[in-house]
Amino acid sequence: MNVDHILVRYAELALKGKNRAEFERTLKGNINRALAPFPSAKAKRTFGRLIVEIHDEDAEAIMEKLQRIFGIASLSYALKTNHELVNIQATALELMNQHESAKTFKVSARRSYKSFPIRSQQLNHEIGSYVLTNTENISVDVHTPDVELSVEVREQGAYISAGKIPGPGGLPVGTSGKVMLMLSGGIDSPVAGYLALKRGAQVEAIHFHSPPFTNERAKQKVVDLSHIIAEYGGSIRLHVIPFTEIQQHIHAQVPASYEMTIMRRMMMRISEQVAAEQEALALVNGENLGQVASQTLESMNTTEEVVNTPVFRPLITMDKIEVMDIAKQIGTYETSILPYEDCCTIFLPAESTTKPSRKKANHFESYLEVEEMVTKAVSNRESFTVQANDRSDEEFSDLL
Amino acid sequence: MIYLDNSATTVPYPEALDTYQKVATRYFGNPSSLHDYGSETEHLLRQARQSIADILEIKTNEITFTSGGTEGNNLAIKGVAFARRHRGNHIITSAIEHPSVLETCRYLEKQGFEVTYLPVDHKGCISLQSVKDACREGTILVSIMHVNHETGAIQPVEEVGECLKYHEKIRFHVDHVQGATKVPLDLKNSGVDLCTFSGHKFHGLKGTGMLYVREGVQLDPLIHGGGQEQNLRSGTENLPGIVALAKAFRLSNQNYSKAKNDLAALKTELIQELQQREGFHINTPENSSAPHIINVSILGVRPEIVIQALTKKNIHVSSKSACSSRLQSASEVLVAQHGPKERAETGLRFSFDYDTDKSDIDPLIEALDEIVPNIRKIKEVKS
Repeated sequence: MNVDHILVRYAELALKGKNRAEFERTLKGNINRALAPFPSAKAKRTFGRLIVEIHDEDAEAIMEKLQRIFGIASLSYALKTNHELVNIQATALELMNQHESAKTFKVSARRSYKSFPIRSQQLNHEIGSYVLTNTENISVDVHTPDVELSVEVREQGAYISAGKIPGPGGLPVGTSGKVMLMLSGGIDSPVAGYLALKRGAQVEAIHFHSPPFTNERAKQKVVDLSHIIAEYGGSIRLHVIPFTEIQQHIHAQVPASYEMTIMRRMMMRISEQVAAEQEALALVNGENLGQVASQTLESMNTTEEVVNTPVFRPLITMDKIEVMDIAKQIGTYETSILPYEDCCTIFLPAESTTKPSRKKANHFESYLEVEEMVTKAVSNRESFTVQANDRSDEEFSDLL
Repeated sequence: MIYLDNSATTVPYPEALDTYQKVATRYFGNPSSLHDYGSETEHLLRQARQSIADILEIKTNEITFTSGGTEGNNLAIKGVAFARRHRGNHIITSAIEHPSVLETCRYLEKQGFEVTYLPVDHKGCISLQSVKDACREGTILVSIMHVNHETGAIQPVEEVGECLKYHEKIRFHVDHVQGATKVPLDLKNSGVDLCTFSGHKFHGLKGTGMLYVREGVQLDPLIHGGGQEQNLRSGTENLPGIVALAKAFRLSNQNYSKAKNDLAALKTELIQELQQREGFHINTPENSSAPHIINVSILGVRPEIVIQALTKKNIHVSSKSACSSRLQSASEVLVAQHGPKERAETGLRFSFDYDTDKSDIDPLIEALDEIVPNIRKIKEVKS
């Protein structure tokens, strides 16, 4: 299709009152960052819309990128023309002719450039009748048209588009502050991260690594997952916590049935600490009520006791199948199901309790140097930033 | 040397050979081993898969690495046949497929399957209608090649794929060995379920290849064992070959997309030259054909003799497909196209690579003008 622009419509931004300007700026910045691989494409702000100028880049590839940017309600390919009515009419007709199967249409003209002499209603009429005269077997239907021709007259010219492509909705990443995602490498936690991004949160991720009990590949898998999530959030700061020693201590000191509970409480504490250092205001994890034996209300109640930071569980009400559907849709599923042991499975004793209590957990922890272990793990962490758009390895680039 | 037999095999890229050697030396670990040498090679294997998936716009889990085109075709066809036996026993293919498809189908006939071999028209193409007509209750697989290996004729596989989208029970396999990197095929949208590639046809190494298996398509494996390649192809991965394949695939896509127009022009020019000569019949359809293959029948002249004479002049060409050229009989492809006539026994194939230009074609024509009249003269004397 011969198009030179993509019109970007906002999702909830219009509702945001005083914050709107900041939201628009963030969204524009996110778009331009995502379009880095297309150097001559650029997003520009105009009255209540963003317009992406395509120039000589690949419009469909750009559209694909835009469909992953939160805060976008819908997108339309558009053609730009000047303020001459005949040109506007001809362009509208050209777009209409690209929708071969359409039987009905309507025109929605908007005139934000008030010096343009024709009022919106009149413009609807002028364009509609031109299209009717120059096509066959097409009629106007203002209620449920097959194609909506939308015409926006702005100072720089008129933008004409036909049809809308849905965007991902949500809010621009970065407009809701920062959260710390507990990223295990399973199916759930990447989806939880994605949903946090969707609500505009900037996401950093924390992963617990227990060499030699967990393989380097398990860590690589988490890096790979971060790359995929970063497609939706620009980049992800990843913190890898050395967890072996803590697990060994727990294994030595705590009855088998409470090992899992205490381990999770340690993870919570460490995550909270890292979150505080990184100025993240909440923790996010992939827990889901009752989905596996350890994710009971009792368990959540016991593990959350040790932190004083909000813990969000975006998947809490979902069925496994719903989570898997999202994972497949966002592209994390295939990586998530690679069969490497993570630190949750490696020490998992056969007789974990599914109904732990705070009282017992506190009692068992009294035998451990909790604070010392947390501080050590936090300060020995390995932190690095994972970018989107860069999945190939420097190391192998000469071979491939 | 003038090498015009690129449909038989191509010269490996120096870059691909370099990759092969480096990987074989440095990354010798078994990708399934848990130590660092293992995880390093597994990582490299994944990168290679990713690089190919990006080019084809498919998912990484949709690529199964094989030993080449013959294995890919066998795995696709037998794999579907045995996995879907409970749903039916009818297979549709064309009369002009590569032996690795035709012989596999003949083997399946002995196993109780029924196979329809679609005819081709004088241009060497099947018709969409014939596929539609052949589909029936119990049809489980349609296997059609994209570019014919002898004539270069392009088969309407995207149209067939579109039509088969409405037949949920039928799997669609495309032998893309000759077309890969030369004639675009949109795997993502064309309704293709399985698609065969061979590394050495695009300047990779012999013994490498891949089969695209659309997510969700079930196959019975040919080779059982340690469960590599998602259980479809057991055996330790040929990592050096696979990485070299990925490299060659990337380079070929670049090189051929740049050379496409030049090659097509060169093809037209050679066809026009050949057509002017008496008793030369072009078997390659001028429009719907690949840019790199030309097939001509030179009546009154046995192709083996021309090939021998040309090779003495350091020009290397083929008759029919290399895999069957040792059998002295007519080309099955040309018989399907023209019937059992002299024309089917006298086909010669010239196949280009991205580098071929006029400096290769002019000496060829010159040589033919010398050789062909001479052979014809000798034959006349004899008879």
